[in-house]
Amino acid sequence: MKIIACIKQVPDSEAKIKAENGQINTGDAPLVINPFDEYAVEGALQQREAVSGSTVTALCIGPESAKEALKHALAMGADDAILVSDPALSDLDTIGAARVLAAAIQKIGGVDMVVFGRQTLDNGSGLTSAQTARALGWSLLGLAGQIKVEERSVRVERVIEEGRQTVKANLPTVISVVQSIGEPRYPSFMGIRKASKAEIPVWSLSDLGIAAPDAIIKRSELMNPPARDTSVEIISGESPTEIADKLADKLITEKVL
Amino acid sequence: MKIFVYIDHFKGEALAASWEALGLAKSFGATTAIVFGSGVDDVANAALEYGADDVLVADDSALLDFRAETYASTLSALVSSRTPDLILFPTTTRTREIAAMSAVDLNTNVITDATAVEVSGDSVVVTRPIYEAKLFEKVTASAKPQLITLRGRAFPKPEKVAGKTGTITKVEAKTDALTTVEGYSVADVGVSLNDAGIIVSGGRGASNNPSLQPPAGLDDKQSEIWRGQQGFKLIGDLASTLGGAVGASRAAVDAGYVPYSTQVGQTGKVVAPDVYIACGISGAIQHLAGIRSAKMVVAINKDPDAPIFKVARYGVVGDLFQIVPALTEAFKKKLGK
Repeated sequence: MKIIACIKQVPDSEAKIKAENGQINTGDAPLVINPFDEYAVEGALQQREAVSGSTVTALCIGPESAKEALKHALAMGADDAILVSDPALSDLDTIGAARVLAAAIQKIGGVDMVVFGRQTLDNGSGLTSAQTARALGWSLLGLAGQIKVEERSVRVERVIEEGRQTVKANLPTVISVVQSIGEPRYPSFMGIRKASKAEIPVWSLSDLGIAAPDAIIKRSELMNPPARDTSVEIISGESPTEIADKLADKLITEKVL
Repeated sequence: MKIFVYIDHFKGEALAASWEALGLAKSFGATTAIVFGSGVDDVANAALEYGADDVLVADDSALLDFRAETYASTLSALVSSRTPDLILFPTTTRTREIAAMSAVDLNTNVITDATAVEVSGDSVVVTRPIYEAKLFEKVTASAKPQLITLRGRAFPKPEKVAGKTGTITKVEAKTDALTTVEGYSVADVGVSLNDAGIIVSGGRGASNNPSLQPPAGLDDKQSEIWRGQQGFKLIGDLASTLGGAVGASRAAVDAGYVPYSTQVGQTGKVVAPDVYIACGISGAIQHLAGIRSAKMVVAINKDPDAPIFKVARYGVVGDLFQIVPALTEAFKKKLGK
């Protein structure tokens, strides 16, 4: 199978992020592979191991610096990586990203499976996998916790609010994965060496033969969340029972239960 | 402004967040509810009782199981013929996929997880969290129709008016499918984190009860998981006494005490309960971001310097294995349960 793992680069989740003068300040936080997308790479690598003769290509839209996120995917074990980068892509929304990814997947050609993480840490809307599937005219197997390929069909166990759902589709397909797929493997020493030497091709919009999509969703304002009243009242007492009694009374009096 | 509200349901049970969406839509004007499925008359009638002026129903055996592609095609066809300006959805696993795909068909896009929606004249401005709710942005969409999914519990649920009726119109289902649903294993998940007014949440500390002896034959890792699960039983007891949901920190999920579906913050859920009771959770920055919309935080932790106390209204510095069961007993007594 020819498998594509779509990834994005985002500020590390430890980052203290602030809105300053209408701009996002991520401080000195490092840029990393989106943590959900590590599961996408893991899921893709599992399928490569399950179906002999498969390859995994990591695909990313971003600036030149996003090659670092692709190198993480290579170090985890991806066979190769492609960066789509173009100055005209600085203002993408999810539909725009999906149309660019779909064009890149078509240019790669012969792709059987595209794997996404469930959402990104930055925008967090979780739309791109479904939109890429629709733009390609392929099926979507969303929120997969398990993937099993047999011949040309794929069966996934989809994790939804109400439990699990078994869904089947034919290849080619687009899959988004959730954490039940398994903990992402750590980059191996050999993988890191290979990644550090890798030459990652960069495709521009003209390489893809498409124009820059117009962003339909536009930001007009950026805000910090309202500050929380931070005065904490510590409940103490002689025994756990006394403390619990006092705390229960407080919560009942506050009418929050 | 012509407004549609998509009513999300699972096997004929509407999700409460669907009614929140109806309530918001009604504050803007006349509202049409849309219901897809098979044998969904009850859902359509409930939509009228929760305030919809009329309902459009695509009822077809091919829509019995939710499939993103058939539901999205049905929605796109309906929207193309009836041209609403605004379509509101509750944010669920299903609606994200339907809205995402329909937006591709309709050449528009989706704004997800709205916590506020302002409508003035033709313009709609939406507030939503980004960066794990560390920031909020106001956004607008430049294409019609505007598709917006609403964050659960961000908008009040309207009162149900029993027996209220209205016009229910059947519309065409689009049934070209690319996927087959083979089965379900529906978990007894209790109260969902998204809908919960009360969440009792545990961290890595849930496994630190020294007085417990794991059963023989477990290795170190299995013993730790067993200990963690015992801790979460206490947390679960308190949650069920209060009619709330169980949550967990990433550390507790990574350690294998509870499934990841309970995870709050970082790669987990952003929640908005009235009360969030954090038991043995130190309060990593991602976890604190995930509970920012909680109206009140109560922290129980051994470490008086744990960051969770900085966002708490009430705190107990103590051992969760003593405090949590005592709290369960206290509530049972005081709430007459």
